[in-house]
Amino acid sequence: MLAPIRTRKTPQKLEAAEALLAARPAPEGEARWAREARAAAEARLREMGAPARRDEYWKYTDPAPLLQPAPDAAPAMADDEGPLWAGTDALRLVFVDGVFRPDLSDDPRMEGVEIAPLSEALAADIHWAADLFGRLEAEGQSQVERPLAALNTACAAQGFAIRATGKAARPIDLRYVHEDPRADAMVRNLVRLEPGAELTLLEEGAVAARANMCLEVSLAEGARLHHVRAQGRDHERVGAAHIFALLDAEASFKSFTLTANGRLTRNETVVRLAGDGASAHLAGACVGDGAFLHDDTVFITHDAVGCESRQVFKKVLREGARGVFQGKILVRPGAQKTDGYQLSQGLLLTENAEFDSKPELEIYADDVACSHGSTVGAVDETALFYLRSRGIPADAARNMLVLAFLDEAVAEIEDEALADVVRARVAAWLERRSR
Amino acid sequence: MLEIRNLHVKLEEEDKAILKGVDLTVEAGKVHAIMGPNGSGKSTLSYVLAGREGYEVTEGSVTLLGKDLLEMEPEERAAAGLFLAFQYPVEIPGVGNMTFLRTAYNAQRKARGEPEVSAAEFLKIVREKAKALKIDAEMLKRPVNVGFSGGEKKRNEILQMAVLEPKMCILDETDSGLDVDAMKLVAEGVNALRDAGRAFLVITHYQRLLDHIAPDVVHIMADGRIVKTGGPELALEVERNGYSDILAEVA
Ligand SMILES: Nc1ncnc2c1ncn2[C@@H]1O[C@H](COP(=O)(O)OP(=O)(O)O)[C@@H](O)[C@H]1O
Ligand SMILES: [Mg+2]
Repeated sequence: MLAPIRTRKTPQKLEAAEALLAARPAPEGEARWAREARAAAEARLREMGAPARRDEYWKYTDPAPLLQPAPDAAPAMADDEGPLWAGTDALRLVFVDGVFRPDLSDDPRMEGVEIAPLSEALAADIHWAADLFGRLEAEGQSQVERPLAALNTACAAQGFAIRATGKAARPIDLRYVHEDPRADAMVRNLVRLEPGAELTLLEEGAVAARANMCLEVSLAEGARLHHVRAQGRDHERVGAAHIFALLDAEASFKSFTLTANGRLTRNETVVRLAGDGASAHLAGACVGDGAFLHDDTVFITHDAVGCESRQVFKKVLREGARGVFQGKILVRPGAQKTDGYQLSQGLLLTENAEFDSKPELEIYADDVACSHGSTVGAVDETALFYLRSRGIPADAARNMLVLAFLDEAVAEIEDEALADVVRARVAAWLERRSR
Repeated sequence: MLEIRNLHVKLEEEDKAILKGVDLTVEAGKVHAIMGPNGSGKSTLSYVLAGREGYEVTEGSVTLLGKDLLEMEPEERAAAGLFLAFQYPVEIPGVGNMTFLRTAYNAQRKARGEPEVSAAEFLKIVREKAKALKIDAEMLKRPVNVGFSGGEKKRNEILQMAVLEPKMCILDETDSGLDVDAMKLVAEGVNALRDAGRAFLVITHYQRLLDHIAPDVVHIMADGRIVKTGGPELALEVERNGYSDILAEVA
């Protein structure tokens, strides 16, 4: 059991991996431990090869656009809507085309929180990040290959290392501005919360025309990380984003992702609940049309007693858009009293949209409650008529039902004020589309 | 107020005639009741008036305050003053009752060229009307009809009617599934709205609601037609003898 799934190494996969590595020289001036982590990741990638359509894990999503040079992806009009968290009091760290811009950012200092640019952290001889960088990614490769995450470990030079020892006074907002239509970005963030620490991490923006994002999260006992991310709405962008989270006892990780547009978005989230009573809530809401493919791929491992995991993923698709959900809950031997819940739903606004869902449960403990549900359907005509019969015009009524559909995912955001920001933004999108 | 002339309706999907020549005039200020056995077409009539899809009008006309109702979209009918209290109110997860009501209220005002009201103003309007119907703040916060009991759903319909202040109110079996207390609340809600400028069409299977909402005119519907019209005494006759005598008499 638990044998890792390995793909067949075709020459094409191996060549494509070489090409990915060749395109990005490894950063220089790093400490020995960082160089070793990079070299190990490079070796992993060479061994795995690049992802290919033939791979089981990429059955529904063709990875080819992620392997090609960045497409020509004009940034969405800068002035037609502001950054999502502009009205939220947060410590802001701004990237332009994937490169940190101190001149546009707040002073990265907050009580109880260490915030260092990745390059600084990886250049230090001794650094807490040594226990994290590439470690969770490597562990996340043990069941399924995730070559693009290994690529990120090998090459990413941008990002932040954030460590909190107490309760952060305000959220950290990573704002990724996209300017150059052909920008190609790779960002790596590391978050370590010490026992009992608490942090809200916000992310927003399209990043680049092609983006490879990776976030490693390590939560010590009783630590709590709230993560709310909005992936910007440039139509042509392609991107892969990985989250690797390791939770100790009673730790809590809540992550929500909002996505609009984009030609290809692959969000992989890999969580291991390693301490008793840990809890992970993952949610996502996305809306897209036309040449839009959005893929949520989740792997949750229950590896301790009395842990809880919850997944709520909703996709609104129309006019050719495709949604993919692959969600696995693995309950390891001894992970008794596991509580696992998974919901994935697609709402098709037109007939020529598609939602593919692959829920998986693999359970090796007997005292476990796991449930999963997946549905795909159209707008409820009876509900639509009910709203219209009260005087609400058809478009507005349909938008209300779409928002209601998404709200189950949005409501997973614990902070009501942040949830309301997301709600308002989605409502504005829908309204604009129906005008 | 409402004039229905020789209305014939069939299902869009199949060749099944349901309404076979309904004639009915409801005057402003009056309460008309329609009674009839199950399957006689009462709900179909109410849906066709409200503009639900799936039906085809093959003959006849309907006007509301002189305007051709059948030409209008459901939301236009609502803005023109039509309201249907559904026999089976629809559950809408994720849409808050209050948000729903305010959106409807402001949409109707906008359609009529009236200024919209703020959330705070609206809350005041609703609170007062909700109190009379014993609908608490908790129910207003919950998603529309989700987890409501049968009685709560029906009271919620009446609340919507009280807030939207339509001119032509159609109640489809609002009494079904209600206990006596809930029915009294509903009847009080309706009676409070009775007004010279407003008319009601109360569809019911039983006489008992009509004990509380005294109708001016009672119609008996059978097999897609109004087969008999009379005063309140007609409802009592149905109560005593059921529909069979009346149906035999008109056959
Ligand atoms: N959408 C529909 N599909 C099939 N049959 C229908 C539909 N709507 C109404 N009918 C039929 O039309 C007749 C009248 O139904 P309805 O209007 O609900 O009657 P009532 O409300 O008087 O009980 C019944 O025979 C019913 O089965
Ligand atoms: Mg009926």
